[in-house]
Amino acid sequence: MISVQVRYFASLREALGPLESVEVASGTTVGELRDALIARGGRHAEVLARGRAVRASLNQQMCEDGAVLAGGAEVGFFPPVTGG
Amino acid sequence: MSSRVTIQTLVFDLAEEVEALRAGDGGVGAVVSFVGTVRDRDGTQGGISALELEHYPGMTERAIEGMIDEAFRRFDIRGARVVHRVGLLAPRDPIVLVAVTSAHRGQAFQACEFLMDYLKTQAPFWKKETTPAGSRWVDARVSDDQALRRWGITAGNAAA
Repeated sequence: MISVQVRYFASLREALGPLESVEVASGTTVGELRDALIARGGRHAEVLARGRAVRASLNQQMCEDGAVLAGGAEVGFFPPVTGG
Repeated sequence: MSSRVTIQTLVFDLAEEVEALRAGDGGVGAVVSFVGTVRDRDGTQGGISALELEHYPGMTERAIEGMIDEAFRRFDIRGARVVHRVGLLAPRDPIVLVAVTSAHRGQAFQACEFLMDYLKTQAPFWKKETTPAGSRWVDARVSDDQALRRWGITAGNAAA
């Protein structure tokens, strides 16, 4: 098992808090992490649901579902960005 | 050498930023700048009384630095500067500055537009508007994704 830091932003942060530590199997992808969080039910399921627009980052770079997690990784989940 | 990207809560001064950007560079023949500001009308009844901007410290700066690197690869420009505010802003406040210098205007105009199109859909910021009806997070626009595709970049944002 490896430990990753998950950061939430904007409406996701309001629902889930800014940060949580999650244990996953080595080789887990960002997409699988999202699905595992959805499987918790409750607020996690509501705001991370497939069909909701949620973007992800891995170690502070935008990433896709297939990105593979390593121990100590920082994952970000957030709504589509609205800067500028 | 001054920083190309600053995320700050304080207001910025366009003239000062431009002067700093072109200082000491006699090869600059063109300066193009864009300033984005807080509208006070959200299109529905009542206006926007406040805009709150959140970012991802570390990632946001790095993402914009990467966009500037790409602008230097694509366009013949001499300098670029992005200042983006975060925190609580009021109607008519400036939000973002993108300034570009070049020898001739064509490249600076294009690079400035490129940077704004890229920033709008790929820089980690999130806006929350306050109106008489309450506060709500602003939705990303599909039209901004389309603007980015014009430059041959297919990274999405707005769609689920």
